[in-house]
Amino acid sequence: MKTDLISLEGSDLSTEDLLRLYRNLLRVRLIEEAIAARYSAQEMRCPVHLSVGQEAAAVGACDPLTREDRIVSTHRCHGHYLAKGGDLTRMIAEIHGRATGCCGGRGGSMHLFDDDAGVVASVPIVGSSVPLGLGIALAFQQQGLPHVAVAFFGDGAVEEGALHESANLAVVHQLPLVFFLENNLYSVYTPLQDRQPERPLARFASAHELPVEEADGNDVLAVRRATAVAVERARQGEGPTLVAVNTYRWREHCGPAYDDHLGYRPEGELAKWQAACPVARFEKALTEAGLLSKEHQESFAAACAAEIETAFRVALQAPFPRPESATDHVYA
Amino acid sequence: MPEVDGKPKDRSKRILTGAQAIVEATEQAMERHPEVFLLGEGAQDPKGIFGTTTGLLERFGPQRVMEMPLAENAFTGMAIGAALMGQRPLVVHQRVEFSLLAMEQLLNNAAKMHYVSGGKHRVPLVIRVVVGRGWGQGPAHSQSLESLFSAVPGLKVVLPSNAADLKGLLLGAIEDDNPVVFIEHRWTHYATGHVPPGYAPLPLDGPRRLREGGDVTVVASSYMTLEALQAANALANQGIGVDLFDLRVARPLQLAEILASVARTGRLLTVDLGSSSFGLGAEIVARAASETFDSLKAAPRRLGLPDHPTPSSRALAEVFYIRSPQIGAAICDLVGAKPELRGQLEEELQAGRDDLPLDIPHPSFKGPF
Repeated sequence: MKTDLISLEGSDLSTEDLLRLYRNLLRVRLIEEAIAARYSAQEMRCPVHLSVGQEAAAVGACDPLTREDRIVSTHRCHGHYLAKGGDLTRMIAEIHGRATGCCGGRGGSMHLFDDDAGVVASVPIVGSSVPLGLGIALAFQQQGLPHVAVAFFGDGAVEEGALHESANLAVVHQLPLVFFLENNLYSVYTPLQDRQPERPLARFASAHELPVEEADGNDVLAVRRATAVAVERARQGEGPTLVAVNTYRWREHCGPAYDDHLGYRPEGELAKWQAACPVARFEKALTEAGLLSKEHQESFAAACAAEIETAFRVALQAPFPRPESATDHVYA
Repeated sequence: MPEVDGKPKDRSKRILTGAQAIVEATEQAMERHPEVFLLGEGAQDPKGIFGTTTGLLERFGPQRVMEMPLAENAFTGMAIGAALMGQRPLVVHQRVEFSLLAMEQLLNNAAKMHYVSGGKHRVPLVIRVVVGRGWGQGPAHSQSLESLFSAVPGLKVVLPSNAADLKGLLLGAIEDDNPVVFIEHRWTHYATGHVPPGYAPLPLDGPRRLREGGDVTVVASSYMTLEALQAANALANQGIGVDLFDLRVARPLQLAEILASVARTGRLLTVDLGSSSFGLGAEIVARAASETFDSLKAAPRRLGLPDHPTPSSRALAEVFYIRSPQIGAAICDLVGAKPELRGQLEEELQAGRDDLPLDIPHPSFKGPF
């Protein structure tokens, strides 16, 4: 991983764009940290897979998308949902099992949907949402719409048949789809090297004639650049692309805690990745370029904190769904 | 609707095979709804998937009759994704077993999207699956898995028995806003029947009574309905009245009419296309036992496939499938018919079959039904 300063050179983004990216990164981080901090109150009674450490992948990938573009995500969907514009209050309510949640309390943390924001579905079976992305892209193609679908998945999905079936199918039909591979090096406790041969992770794409864009997953600008290329290609009718980025999950696979004491990750590995923190690196670059003052940063953080506070308060005050409504919507 | 022997047949009615009925339904749906498209392995096959897709490619082109790579899970998920965006995909598997590679998508995504989204998402998707039989199809080309699909809330499961239902229920399935597993027994593709020419979707609204009778309630599905009908017709000549139901829709299971019939006859026989154990009949018998217990005059019975895989050799398959003579005999047992009558009936139903191989459809099942 890289720990050096993120380069703002060659970026065609305005100061406003750069600050938006920063604010979105910080917002995902603070929301995830707030969930971790409050989880022990046992009001959020569902598994949570936090995105702390992986914010640049979500924010960089969603930034080039329009509202009409759609994404599908995984069990670790908070970052993607938020970065695509998913409603925070409804997300926090969903994790609290409330009727006002984005799925009315039927999905929990691993099923964040927001139709208005273009988050079609999040599915907690590895590889399972990728084929849904194909279908969204196919529908755009069939309906003659200029929109793009992005399917997020992790390194574990590279072991799944569904991914390879999907890559083949997307290439054969030149679907407007971005395959977004977020490699965080572990499937729960099992490291990549125990699951896959030693080789560049994205190499499988060449077997499917799927073009590849790679980027440092902790550099929001690099992720944004790589994804923008893929999105533009899809929008122009030139078919799918794999965007592959490396990043790192700081906290435990599922739950609010740090779990390095379990010994499944080499000592010092987490510290190295924390030194490459996607939020702090970008913050430093902006500060050194004179684009972000301390006051500015603090006011961003305060605004996020207030938004989070409100979201939790509203969620905790919201009603639970009526028990008898559990039988609703089995069939349309 | 099958026509019951004995009634005069209207010769002016148009007769189609089951396969032709499926083509006609697909063609009319694609003509009427631009969002309907067909996809599957062999969708562009020159033999037209047993004659059930003949002419569609020429008529609608490769964008709407999409050939698929051998990627069942991915293309099922693709169909679900497209359905979420307002398209109406019609997936076809030449053997039901191929769909097993897509169970992950079907169970985790298709069946749950509407529910999990609190009713916002809809998955108007039809999965046609073909159940093989005969000519040594063997263990992985002739399974009846309707009870597997029917175990999943959120899926609808349809088992048509005749050409008119193959057309009408397929149109109904395409118009339905839920994922529908449409189970076609290979031999119902051959069976002929009167099929109305127009666009007339049938709602997926449960069983149909095919024959009225006061002595015993019989519930069959798909091809087994035709075997049961043959038995019921022969029994009628002997004065035994069969209240015969074609189940048609296994999920959601609508049993009100059947349970009312059982309450009246006091006797129930189920005839499954698949295994007797854990089959649809097991569910129907359980419901009847719970809800009509006081009316029962005899212990309900189930007929279905035995607890072993389908063997390929015709010698082994000979005793594997249930046919009309066994159905007739089981009904005789339930109503306590005299042994002579039972024997006579079995003989009658068996007559004419003896010199024919059992691994091809019996000519009497060509219909018209």
